[in-house]
Amino acid sequence: MGVEGVGARVVRKEDKRFITGKGRYVDDIRLHGMTYAAFVRSPHAHAKIKSIDVGDAKTMPGVVDVLTGKQIVDDKIGNLICGWMIHSKDGSPMKMGAWPAMAPETVRFVGQAVAVVIAETRNQARDAAEAVVVEYEELAAAADIKAAIAQGAPQLHPEGPGNVIYDWTIGDEAATDAAFKSAAHVTALDITNNRLVPNAMEPRAAIADYDAAEEHFTLYSTSQNPHVARLVLSAFYNIAQEHKLRVIAPDVGGGFGSKIFIYPEEMVALWASKKVGRPVKWTSDRTEAFLTDAHGRDHLTKAEMAFDKDNKITGLRVKTYANLGAYMSLFSSSVPTYLYATLLSGQYNIPNIFAEVISVYSNTTPVDAYRGAGRPEASFVVERLMETAARELKADPAELRRKNFITSFPHQTPVIMAYDTGDFNASLDAAMKAIDYSGFAARKDKAKSEGKLRGIGLSCYIEACGIAPSKAVGSLGAGVGLWESAEVRVNPVGTIEILTGSHSHGQGHETTFAQLIAERLGIPISQVSIVHGDTDKVQFGMGTYGSRSAAVGLTAILKAMEKMEAKAKKIAAHQLEASEDDIVIENGEFKVTGTDKALALPMVALAAYTAHNLPDGMEPGLKETAFYDPTNFTFPAGAYICEVEVDAGTGKTSFVNFVAADDFGRLINPMIVEGQVHGGLAQGIGQALLENAVYDSSGQLLTATFMDYAMPRAEDLPSFNVSHTVTLCPGNPLGVKGCGEAGAIGASAAVINAITDAIGNNNLSMPASPDRVWHAIHG
Amino acid sequence: MPTVSLTVNGKKVSADVEDRTLLVHLLRDHLGLTGTHIGCDTSQCGACVVHIDGCAVKSCTVLVGQADGANITTIEGIAKGDELHPMQAAFRDNHGLQCGYCTPGMIMAAIDIVNRRGSDLDEATVRQELEGNICRCTGYHNIVKAVLDAASRMKVAQAAE
Repeated sequence: MGVEGVGARVVRKEDKRFITGKGRYVDDIRLHGMTYAAFVRSPHAHAKIKSIDVGDAKTMPGVVDVLTGKQIVDDKIGNLICGWMIHSKDGSPMKMGAWPAMAPETVRFVGQAVAVVIAETRNQARDAAEAVVVEYEELAAAADIKAAIAQGAPQLHPEGPGNVIYDWTIGDEAATDAAFKSAAHVTALDITNNRLVPNAMEPRAAIADYDAAEEHFTLYSTSQNPHVARLVLSAFYNIAQEHKLRVIAPDVGGGFGSKIFIYPEEMVALWASKKVGRPVKWTSDRTEAFLTDAHGRDHLTKAEMAFDKDNKITGLRVKTYANLGAYMSLFSSSVPTYLYATLLSGQYNIPNIFAEVISVYSNTTPVDAYRGAGRPEASFVVERLMETAARELKADPAELRRKNFITSFPHQTPVIMAYDTGDFNASLDAAMKAIDYSGFAARKDKAKSEGKLRGIGLSCYIEACGIAPSKAVGSLGAGVGLWESAEVRVNPVGTIEILTGSHSHGQGHETTFAQLIAERLGIPISQVSIVHGDTDKVQFGMGTYGSRSAAVGLTAILKAMEKMEAKAKKIAAHQLEASEDDIVIENGEFKVTGTDKALALPMVALAAYTAHNLPDGMEPGLKETAFYDPTNFTFPAGAYICEVEVDAGTGKTSFVNFVAADDFGRLINPMIVEGQVHGGLAQGIGQALLENAVYDSSGQLLTATFMDYAMPRAEDLPSFNVSHTVTLCPGNPLGVKGCGEAGAIGASAAVINAITDAIGNNNLSMPASPDRVWHAIHG
Repeated sequence: MPTVSLTVNGKKVSADVEDRTLLVHLLRDHLGLTGTHIGCDTSQCGACVVHIDGCAVKSCTVLVGQADGANITTIEGIAKGDELHPMQAAFRDNHGLQCGYCTPGMIMAAIDIVNRRGSDLDEATVRQELEGNICRCTGYHNIVKAVLDAASRMKVAQAAE
């Protein structure tokens, strides 16, 4: 490992622009002649639009145009789609209700757009949006899962009778039922996985710019995957042909899944830009973000785990209702199915698993992938069951887990996944040592003597990342392949540009990706630029989500590097009159091994571009491309242990310690990996203690600002004790597994397990607010 | 439209703006200082923190008229040429930022914390003082480290002066 190579704690190249205020986010961009969009949004959760009067609005100062849902439908802009087909257990396809970018007739959630004002300034647009008069006929709303599946519930979509999108199953039902019949012990839990709002700090924004002469659109978008945005806008939404649409995702201020999806506002901005003949900018305010960014989680689950007399797990039976909101967002269908139920085996040998997932419509904001996406929900089910079972069986929670750990690999679970490697005992050992698990009983006694309730909780999570083998996800219903592309351009002076289809919105790719180049060529990372986020520069890519950028994106770069290096070695060998097999690359030089003959990288590059003296038949230039399709998912796993103290008088939970021991395979930059874990833990702890998207029964979102939705703040969180164990991933040559989501996947169960241990009452829902905890203690 | 005159990062500026214009919009839209960000509508997130006459203020909560004649410092104005402010350097060295969106507000608020509370800060004080700034990426772990580190650096810098 060089000072800037793989494994080094290199400070980030991208930081200088962020700490000096020179970042370039979408809202920072101003185009000549730019107009501003403000949306008119439904105040009702469910209503018919009787009329829209835009007359007064059109006469307001600065108004360029006012456009409605009827116009966008008349212009044949396509409905939004969900790109992952799920079939119900009866074989029927999922029931996708029509979702126009602006509602022409019916609104189905508060905040759904019905019209848009385009004006000279932001304030003029907002003023005029308030002058648009919409007459609604209110309809009864179903604001949660129970209301949506009740007898006589309001029906959202004619396509989805009973508000059921699909009723999907996985696993062997008969064998699982048999395991429960012969069980020595069954642990059962009803679990609510609370609805969350992703809340990236940068609100979504879009600037659309139509060039009439070229019939070409440019979209600046807060996107995690600009190429997927272009593909979907072109292939399904009828905005423009792909070669007539450029999507640029510049600096993006966090995503956490919510910026994967293509939203109505981007479609409307593009369409409106052509209509008014000027660039159109829209920037979400925070309440719009709460109302329209795809939410996360929102499951109701009944879960049971069967044990034999030796405390070995014999079966797991799960029934989950998932609330997908008013419309099916882009990948919403896959989250509670293939990203959730396939991880229900956790870290354990479970011979029989059966899960049924019923996804439903409700008059709420659409729900889709949010950090972890299905895997936090699975991990929470499994780890709450394990902790509860340990209490019921009077077993040590760590020992019960160890008894059931998978210890030989590869391991085929009953729910599709084939775990490639891992060492679950090692991460649990590391976490237990870090928190002094054996000393806990004494600490609990001491706390008790001081009138405090002390508790400890474990969570041993596993996730499937690095999504994913295209063939595998295709067979499961995905509408896209999930490979990644890379291009290595060595310039004639020897500096290097790496073009990647991954997108960095906080992950630090400009540093970590450059570290791989530094490692392989022995050059400083200052000689390497990472280019991403522009469909005109990078040919294609699938973007960043699902902790896939190192495992898939960086492997693609490695493959392109190998091709480039092979050609460069041929050139060096030719120039040095040596055999290419004798050429090694060290410290930025191509050396003839065992001699003092060497050619520096810039000389090799220059030779490739002058082409004065290349091997016979070789093309000039030094540029290579690779597409990499993974052969399996990767399986990051780890053990989190949380120790809390609860004030019985107030119900407030305080952290004593939070330790994380993760196995992410090889670490490219441990500093960045730790940062990813910290952020994930904060979101998992946020779900467990603070965050909750609350609708009233009429479908009004009561938590639509930072004054009402409890975002974790510095004082709510402890400093974290993060460490790593390593089993190298055999599925990719780098041995990496991915680290972006782990914290959010494993943390919430550890927190709830700790609090319920402290208070001696297992009946506690997330978020475990002081109010809820107090009532759990005192009734 | 009324004219406001103020000093921003040491330069005198004036602008004709609507009465309802917020300081953050003056900075971003009229002066092109886009390092100051907007993350919410309710003065909760702190992405817009600047210094007005040396004190940290959320610029989304200030009408430009209120800032008439004031001395404003933004994230663009704290480095001395190529020499980063110790708080900027500490954020970089401690990996106190990821997506970078909350970072300008965090840095401006953190400088104010050290100015007000002195450089002998402890973790609990820093966490309490950061109450008005939300970060979604870092879990605050490295931000807290950065502020404590910067406090020491600022103490050394002051001693040197």
